[in-house]
Amino acid sequence: MDLISRHRNLTILVAVLFAQMVGLAVQVKRPTEHGPTSLIRLWGVSLITPAENAVVHVQSWVGRIWRNYFYLRDVRRENERLQQENLRLRLEQVRMAQDAGQAHRLQALFKFKEQFISQTLAAQVIGSSGTETSRLIYIDKGTGDGIKPDMAVIAPDGIVGKIIRVFPTTSQVLEINDQSSGFGAMLEKSRLQGILKGTPSGEMMVHYIMSDEKVEVGEMVLTSGGDRIFPKGLPIGRVVRVNPGPETFLNIRVRPAAQLDRLEEVLVIMQVDERQPELVPAAPRRAADILAERLPTVPVKAPEAAAAVQPAPSMKPGTGSAPGSAAPPRTIPSSAGSTNVSVVKPLPTAVKPPAAAAKPGSPAPVTNLQPDPAKPKSTKTGVSALPEPSGIPRTDGGGPGNGADGVHTPTAGAESSTRTKQVDSKPAQPIAETPKTPVKDTPQ
Amino acid sequence: VQISVTSSEQVQVHRFSLPVAFGVPLAAIFAQAYVPVHFHFFSLLDLPLLVTIFFSVARRNQTIGVITGALIGLVQDSLTHQPIGLYGIAKTVVGYLASSLGVKLDVENPGSRFLMGFAFYLLHLGLYHLIARGLASQMLQVSWGHTLLAALASGIAAVPLFAVLDRAKRSM
Repeated sequence: MDLISRHRNLTILVAVLFAQMVGLAVQVKRPTEHGPTSLIRLWGVSLITPAENAVVHVQSWVGRIWRNYFYLRDVRRENERLQQENLRLRLEQVRMAQDAGQAHRLQALFKFKEQFISQTLAAQVIGSSGTETSRLIYIDKGTGDGIKPDMAVIAPDGIVGKIIRVFPTTSQVLEINDQSSGFGAMLEKSRLQGILKGTPSGEMMVHYIMSDEKVEVGEMVLTSGGDRIFPKGLPIGRVVRVNPGPETFLNIRVRPAAQLDRLEEVLVIMQVDERQPELVPAAPRRAADILAERLPTVPVKAPEAAAAVQPAPSMKPGTGSAPGSAAPPRTIPSSAGSTNVSVVKPLPTAVKPPAAAAKPGSPAPVTNLQPDPAKPKSTKTGVSALPEPSGIPRTDGGGPGNGADGVHTPTAGAESSTRTKQVDSKPAQPIAETPKTPVKDTPQ
Repeated sequence: VQISVTSSEQVQVHRFSLPVAFGVPLAAIFAQAYVPVHFHFFSLLDLPLLVTIFFSVARRNQTIGVITGALIGLVQDSLTHQPIGLYGIAKTVVGYLASSLGVKLDVENPGSRFLMGFAFYLLHLGLYHLIARGLASQMLQVSWGHTLLAALASGIAAVPLFAVLDRAKRSM
């Protein structure tokens, strides 16, 4: 006892250290969110973050007033620049939409599943841990806003990190360049997958890529989706250095795409849907129609054109050319011998009834009429040998009786006789490599 | 750099008002958490560490140094994602050593303040890594160049910061 009183200060030091070590050991052994240590964290966060929140909101309010009402220099010039950029982006968007559409079709054909970010929540960055041993940020959204641990956080340029703790009005986001973080990464060109981890200096490294693989400096690194936090394909950063690493792996240093040291606003991914893309044909078209478009046209004669648009007597509802069907063929009784000539050019609109479209004197968009002797006639017994264009989905919006699988199969209503198609030609569309063979339609 | 050993009779013990004693450490923790969001280089510094050193040295009481270091460290811990106690233990030791140093050395001149900021930063980081590795099984890596730069920044920042905080001192 005398010893303790003589070394009072040292005793207090040991006691305080001992208490903290016990507390630390308890946390390490039993990491729980409901223990007393969590209470200390809650107190600490409750002490600091309200002040941060207040300062950030006052700062943004003042900044908004300044920028919106006073500091309007160069706004006109910037507006012009943005308009030009908008035009450029719209053109780019068209191209991208085509690519995306093609990708969707392929994904649907191969039954791949896609991940869609279906719901996000914008949040403002209000603070950080303030230490380099723990690279995390605080955002001004918490449990009240539906935030949950392990939600992904992104910025417009790339991914930021994931939610690790949620408090009533704030949340902790562990940045991707923290030493303890680890995310699934994939190199854009080579599609090699590795693990992304942070370094003490705030950079990032991709681990576990074999040294015999070729990785280029400047290559984009994307999320692989393997961590079940980030959807696949989001930008992480670019490779800045590649060195041979320990054992048989490469040391791939990555610079983050998002400016992690200058974050002001982020998006929390609240919901990611995984579904198989559906094939939604913009305008259902049969393979025969596409093929017909490629054939040369024959000029239309006025009386014949009028005759051509007469509805076929045998057209009944429920057949392939019924009103409301997506691509009803118009069938024309031909005067050319025993061969009926069918014009299979789809009507301008699928819902237009044949009678309305067949007004005498109305311009016949398509027509044909005499069978071209130069073109081989189809046989009555020929099996429909339409080569299905590879790029065309086999979904036909035709009515009942029409081949739902996309292959044109004439129905009883469309005359069971075999017809030769002759239509006006249009510039060939780069849809599929289809041989220009005569179309043979046969009854089912 | 002028460092002189002082006798206990020459040592002047200071005290602080309650708002200063609590407000300054809290303000330091707040600034450390908030400023790096806008000025990232600020995260090189460890303001709570510098405040711990200042209060421990100025009070020249090892018990108060221990408690000051422990409290500041624990609050700082609560803002990180690491187990609570890593900064607490490291700053407790720093608080004890700084107050012990204040009894023996003249710590009023800028040179000694620079050295204190520099040396205690390295000690603090070393303790942190030791505790993280030994007690929490955290395999943290050290970037020596970065660490030396941060220690240098802490030493430089200590000089003006301590000069400002000197104004809040009250002699006993």
